[in-house]
Formats: sequence, C-alpha cells, structure tokens
Amino acid sequence: MSDLALQARLEGKEGHLRRRRAVNVVMEAAATAGAVVAVGVLALVIGSVIVKGAGAFGLDLLIHSEVPFGEKGGGVANAIVGTGLLILLATAFAVPIGLLVALYTHEFAPPRIANGLRFVLDVLNGVPTIVTGILVFSLLVVGSGQTAYAGGIALAIIMLPIVARSAQEVLALVPRPIREGGLALGLPRWKVLLRIVLPGAAGGILTGVLLAVARVAGETAPLLFTCSVFAQGISINPGHAVASLPLRIFQLAEGNSPEEHNEAWAAALLLILFVLALNFVARYLYARTRSRVGL
Amino acid sequence: MSTKQLAPPWAPKLTARTSHLGDRLLQVLTLLGGIATAVVLVGVFYKVFDQASLAISRFGLAFIGRQEWNPVTGHFGAADFLFGTAVTSAFALLIAAPLSLAIALFLTELAPRPLQAPVGMLVELLAAIPSAVLGLWGIAVMGPVLARTIEPALRSVLGFMPLFSGPSSPAGLLPAALVLTIMTVPIVSTVTRELFASVPRELKEGALALGATRWEMVKLVILPYSRNGIVGAVLLGLGRALGEAIAVAMVVGHTPGIHASLFAPGDTLASRIASEYLGATTTLQISSLAYLAGILLVLAVLSNLVARTVAGAAAGVPGAVAR
Repeated sequence: MSDLALQARLEGKEGHLRRRRAVNVVMEAAATAGAVVAVGVLALVIGSVIVKGAGAFGLDLLIHSEVPFGEKGGGVANAIVGTGLLILLATAFAVPIGLLVALYTHEFAPPRIANGLRFVLDVLNGVPTIVTGILVFSLLVVGSGQTAYAGGIALAIIMLPIVARSAQEVLALVPRPIREGGLALGLPRWKVLLRIVLPGAAGGILTGVLLAVARVAGETAPLLFTCSVFAQGISINPGHAVASLPLRIFQLAEGNSPEEHNEAWAAALLLILFVLALNFVARYLYARTRSRVGL
Repeated sequence: MSTKQLAPPWAPKLTARTSHLGDRLLQVLTLLGGIATAVVLVGVFYKVFDQASLAISRFGLAFIGRQEWNPVTGHFGAADFLFGTAVTSAFALLIAAPLSLAIALFLTELAPRPLQAPVGMLVELLAAIPSAVLGLWGIAVMGPVLARTIEPALRSVLGFMPLFSGPSSPAGLLPAALVLTIMTVPIVSTVTRELFASVPRELKEGALALGATRWEMVKLVILPYSRNGIVGAVLLGLGRALGEAIAVAMVVGHTPGIHASLFAPGDTLASRIASEYLGATTTLQISSLAYLAGILLVLAVLSNLVARTVAGAAAGVPGAVAR
C-alpha cells in the first residue's frame, strides 16, 4: 500500500480518534492475553505433572524395574535404561548421516541438487511419526521381531532432517575468511572441512543434535510397532526390544489401577525434566556459540 | 560428473595438482549420505503404498468415502477417520491460528524487551512436552474439567448449534482438538514471530508517523506484509496436527463415527493406526490400515509442501535451531 493511500485511510478515521484508541487498547489486551494463555497452559501442564508425579517419584521409581501385573511396587529403571539405549542408537545413526547430508548440500552439491535435498529433508520432516513406524516395522520387524535396533532406526529417521537442517544453517555461519585461510595455506579441502569448518561449527551442530534428541526422547508413535513388546527387566541388548519412558507412560495411562496412574505421572515427571533440561542446555549452547561467532 | 561442475563458485578450482584423494573420498561419502536420505523418503512412500496395495485394489477410491470399519466382515472404509482427523485438526487450528498471531504480536510489538526472550522461550517449550505426557494430562486433568464444567456451559449458551449439543464425556473430539491446539501453537507462533520481526522498520514507523495507532499499524502494515507467511505457518501447524497419533489416541475416545457434536467421542486416521496396526489379524485389515497411513502421509506431506511453497524457504524446519 502506498503511503498516500495509507494516509488517506488514516485521515478518514481521524474523527473517531477515541474509538480508534479504544480498539487499539482492546487489541493490545487481546495480544497480551494470548501470550498469557500460552504461558498459563505450559504452567498448568508442567504444574499438574509435578503435583501428580511427585507422590510416586523417588529413589524406588528410579532403581526398580517393572514388576509383573498385579504386584505392588516397581519402577521405571528398565524404561530409563531403554530410553538411553534408544537415544544412543538413534544418535549413532542420525548424526553421521545428517552431517554428511549437510556437508554435501552446503559444500559439494550443485545448487539444483542442494535445493532438491533440502526439499527431501523438509518432506521427511513432515512425515507423520506413526507412518515412520510403519516403514521400519515392515522393513525390520516383520519376520524377525521387535528390536532396540528397529526402534533406534525409527527415531533416527525422525532425527535426521532436524540434525541435517540445523547443521546446514550452522555451516553457513562459519566465516568465509577462515576457510579461505586454510585453503590459502595449501590445505586440501577435506582437511579444511574436517579440521577447520566442522570444529568451528561444532557448538551449533551440538545444539541441533540436542534438540533432536529432546524431540525423539519423548516420541511414542515410532516405537509402538518397532520396540513396544519388551521384557520387564533391564536390558541393554540392542537385539531385543527394550522399554522406554514414553511408551511406559502410554501403557500405564491406559491401565485401570490408581497405582499405575501414579507411576505414569511419576514417569511423566521424569521424562519432562529430562526433555526440558536438554532444551535448556541446547539453548544455552546456541546462545554461547552465537555470541562467540559475533552474531 | 566432473569435480569442477560440483564445486560452489567460491571454491578454488581443483586442478590435477590440488585435487586430493581425500577431497574425492569426502565428496563421495557426503553424496552417499544425501542418497541415503532420499532413499528413506522414497522408502516411506513405497512401503506404505506397497502394504496398502491389497486394500487399494479391493476397495479402490471408494474406500475414502465409505463409513464402515469391520475387521470381522472384512469391510473397511476411511470416512469416519477422515472426519475425525478433519474436525480435530480444523478446530485446533481455528483456535491456534488467532492465538499464535496474538502471541507473535505480543512478542514483537508489545512485550517489554526483558520479557521477549523468556516468554518466547516458554511458548516454544510447549512444543517440548512429549505427546504421551500431553495425552496423559489431557485424559486425566483436562478431560474431566471439560466434561464437568466447560462443556455444560458451552451447551447452555450455544446448545442450539448441533456442534455444542449432546452428552459430555472426558474423551472426545473436543479434548483431542484442544490437545492438538497446544501442540500447534508453538509451531505457528514461532514462525509468525520471525515473520513479524522481519517486517521492515521503516514501514512500521511510517504508519505510526502518519498517526496510526499500534493496532492500525499491525492491521495495515504487518499483517498484509506477512500474509503469505502466516498461511504457510498455519499449514505447517496443520501438518503437525494431522499426523499426531499418541496424544490424540489417548483422548479421542476410540469410537469411529460421524457426529455433529464436538463432545462426542471419535477417532482419527493416526490414532486408529496407532491402536490397531500391531494387533491386526487379517492381511486385508493390515492393508486397510496401511491405506489409512497412505492417506495420512499424502495429506501431511501436501500441507507441508503447500506451506513451503506459500511461505518460501522461510518456513523450513521450525525450531530446528533455537532462535
């Protein structure tokens, strides 16, 4: 809109100055109310998880494993260990491939292919996680059964676009003179990339990885078909299905006894603390990297 | 393909002397990473539609409009679940879109500087709540409150509309829509906040200098300037809402059907797949569930692609890097 047209519209309204100011106040109040509602809902959810989870939360929950149905006691130690194993597996698959994709699109690929790969990553990021579960189920579980490998790969597929896209953004932030300096000193490109560019981007890449881990640590849907039928004890064998916190919460919430519900809330408290901690660490790292690069 | 062709313009030309074996190796290795990514994406589509092929050949496109799901007689149709997905997602975005715009405006135009970063971060943290936790909260805390106080209140005021009539239950379409609202608000508000922050300052100051109130400046400058981006942001949120399985499965009530009332229980594409896929007994049932997954996949990917096209590259992966 041209300034003249804008001015004309504003002048036409000048007679109603009081009304215009009143509308402004109402709209400002509405915008503020929107922010208050969003923060309020966050407080409400986290608050109820703390209040309802604190009762069953304690050392017993952390060091005991699941007990057979109907028995008292028990904890989520097996789910904690399982979630740890699944995250390790997912990170081991997703981070190297994500970094390679980011390096390829940013450093080697011709523009058209680089754009194509960004497109592929965006589409992959939009695939519903339950559908990712179906893919991994039909590839790795049919015939051979559920394993922690299958669950880890399902989570890795969700991590991959997050890791790759954030690594691309961070690679673009590494100042050009630094890599040019390396090249000018006669270093081959691969050394410049692996010894200068990647270490320079490490803080930002780590941020992306942590956020991706925070995202998949709470994922239930991709594990439902790939890693949900597990033994009650602690297992670190990636060849067997392992328990996980989000899946235990889902199962306990569907249960009927108050004990199960209490345990679900306690496990939810544990999971939410873990995920929030990861988010805070990631944000702190990102802020530090940014200030160091001088942005 | 020659190396010359592959190098970005600023890279030094790799002559025989400087072309290192290591360079070639790294290039091939990273290319393999790119190929692996593309293969995964193609694999998702191939595997889902391959599994669905039996149901597709048996029911054809009529599957989409058919309102039946009976594993015993082997009659399957997607209409009930499409309805549930459409109603919960649409209602979620109907609330989430204006709420997110309000949040974004508050953060970019109204919030005192020391409040901007922390409030923005708190809103983004809503996206960090795991879906199983949100589902647990939805069924144990929000559902009962809705059924006891809010739904009766809505019924007494708006009960003349079929949408707000009928008996209440803790699980149903309304709780599912509200859970989806909570999941989409951080996505939509984060993207729109970045859009609003990128509106050139001269335009905003120009409007204010001409005597516009702050709201008029928003209405006449900020909103028109970022219109495409807002549509893109809402579509990104839609993609997220369509595909959410666990949180919805916990609160939606597992009852396929098409009801006029938001208070009635229902079921969605994603939540039906989540609850039935592992326990499916016949190949036709598995294939029909894969058909549902195929429909869901196409809808979610389409809304992401349209979002990407409308908003340009601005959308990308929201929240991939905390900003």
